[in-house]
Amino acid sequence: MRLGLVIDLDTCVGCHACAVACKQWNTSGTSGPLTDESPYGPEPGGVWFNRVRHFEVDDYPHNKTVNLPLSCMHCENAECVDVCPTGASYKRAEDGIVLVDHDKCMGCNLCAWACPYGARELDPAEGVMKKCTLCIDRIHDAALPEAERQPACVITCPARARFFGDFDDPDSTVSRLVRERAGQKLLPELGYRPTNTYLPPRTAPPVPTDDVRRAQPVTGVEAWIPAPKPR
Amino acid sequence: MHPALSVILFTVLSGAGYGLFSLVAVLQLTGGYPAAAPGEALLQLGVALVLITIGLVSSSLHLHNPRNAWRAFLRVHTSWLSREALLAVAFYPFALIHLWGTATGAGGLTAAAGWLAVLLAGGTVFSTGMIYAGLKTLRQWHTALTPANYLLLGLALGAVFMAAVHAFSGGSDPLPVALALGALVVAGLMKGIYYLWIRLAGGPTLNTATGFTRAPVRLMDPGHSAATFLTREFGNDPGRGRVERVRLGVLGLGFVLPVLLLAWMLQGASAVWVYAALLSALMGIGLERWLFFAEARHSVMLYHGLQRT
Ligand code: SF4
Ligand code: SF4
Ligand code: SF4
Repeated sequence: MRLGLVIDLDTCVGCHACAVACKQWNTSGTSGPLTDESPYGPEPGGVWFNRVRHFEVDDYPHNKTVNLPLSCMHCENAECVDVCPTGASYKRAEDGIVLVDHDKCMGCNLCAWACPYGARELDPAEGVMKKCTLCIDRIHDAALPEAERQPACVITCPARARFFGDFDDPDSTVSRLVRERAGQKLLPELGYRPTNTYLPPRTAPPVPTDDVRRAQPVTGVEAWIPAPKPR
Repeated sequence: MHPALSVILFTVLSGAGYGLFSLVAVLQLTGGYPAAAPGEALLQLGVALVLITIGLVSSSLHLHNPRNAWRAFLRVHTSWLSREALLAVAFYPFALIHLWGTATGAGGLTAAAGWLAVLLAGGTVFSTGMIYAGLKTLRQWHTALTPANYLLLGLALGAVFMAAVHAFSGGSDPLPVALALGALVVAGLMKGIYYLWIRLAGGPTLNTATGFTRAPVRLMDPGHSAATFLTREFGNDPGRGRVERVRLGVLGLGFVLPVLLLAWMLQGASAVWVYAALLSALMGIGLERWLFFAEARHSVMLYHGLQRT
């Protein structure tokens, strides 16, 4: 089994709901807490397993906004695990999930240095490294109904831009999506062989908008506002 | 990369200590050590062990959970940090046996321990270099030049220390001065090659980091309003001007000035100049270590606004 995520850059709207759901689920889960630093101060900070960044691709008038959520890619060649001197970082043989055993970590940061994607963040309060667990405490939880054995970020995504599954199974949704939509890996040249795969935006002809106003029963916002009545 | 003071101190001081120990021990074991006073070799080895120990202690300061530091010896089969830790600790008993041999004049087995200590010292410094050279995420470090630099700079600084301690003991043999001069020239040449090389080589770009390789890509919003662990750890950018000024400091203070001073001493200048050479080399190589970190650009920074690494 090779579990991971597929993220559709065509439909991701960049709402950060996955990041918030991730934080909410995991802060009380097996990898929690995801410590916050001065959450109500002028410079809020803290641990996140999933961060969404926003990019502009190409130049006007061909430019497009692309939202890029990044969490652990559960790499096949996870060098973050190889460099760890304590054995706290490990990759599970049975499903490929990369985890940190907080009881063994000495907080040397070397694994974060070795991760090209910024998926690992040190918890300053506990002094140990934390990272995405692929919601291991959901996906293998037999007490949950089958449909809910999915990562929190996948369940939450309002745009249905995130998919979870087994990349070793050629018939899984993730494998099919990668095949049909030409899924891409990030920073392939570094050789980490990430499992998580990104679906590039589709090239669809733009929907013409010139006639939109004419077809509407209401021609402008002003028409909705009742005129003030003199009393 | 953020240049942490504890790591700069650790790599510079322990590198110098291992270099000093190795040079003195090899000269002793081959019978070429030019001792001016009876206790001089012991003083040299003592200074080396103090430097190494200060370095190792300061290296443990950057751990956020030192309670688990003992576990760092457990992953020798994959982790260079584990190898470094193991070699650094294994060095001590053999170094102390060699020290005891030097104090009592015993030969035989203590000589074997001396050679082993030299090997372990070299292995430790090589492992330190490999910790950095093994990281594919930092193209400025991912090169064979990194361990070569660590080894040569450790030896060069150790050689200058040896010349200084020799002068302190009242010695005036030209051998330590000539060794220091030669080691500084070789290390300086290697550093120069490294500085040229990092200008030429290319690494990952924002295009490969996002998968959009056929159009320009720009960061619009990193998704957070204040600093994060990632920007604090990797997001140090001192600016081009400062980097070039520090580079001049590295070359001038680290290599040119001490080489000139040592050459002047070989021409007959007073031995006190060796202290100036030592101070200059220490500052220059301290700056070199700062630059080694400050100039390295981690691929994570591509997701924070960098166009190429
Ligand atoms: S994304 Fe980073 S933390 Fe996750 S497995 Fe790959 S290298 Fe390790
Ligand atoms: S920070 Fe913890 S998990 Fe990461 S390399 Fe160090 S000991 Fe291992
Ligand atoms: S899989 Fe779970 S831990 Fe990983 S990013 Fe999604 S919600 Fe967070």
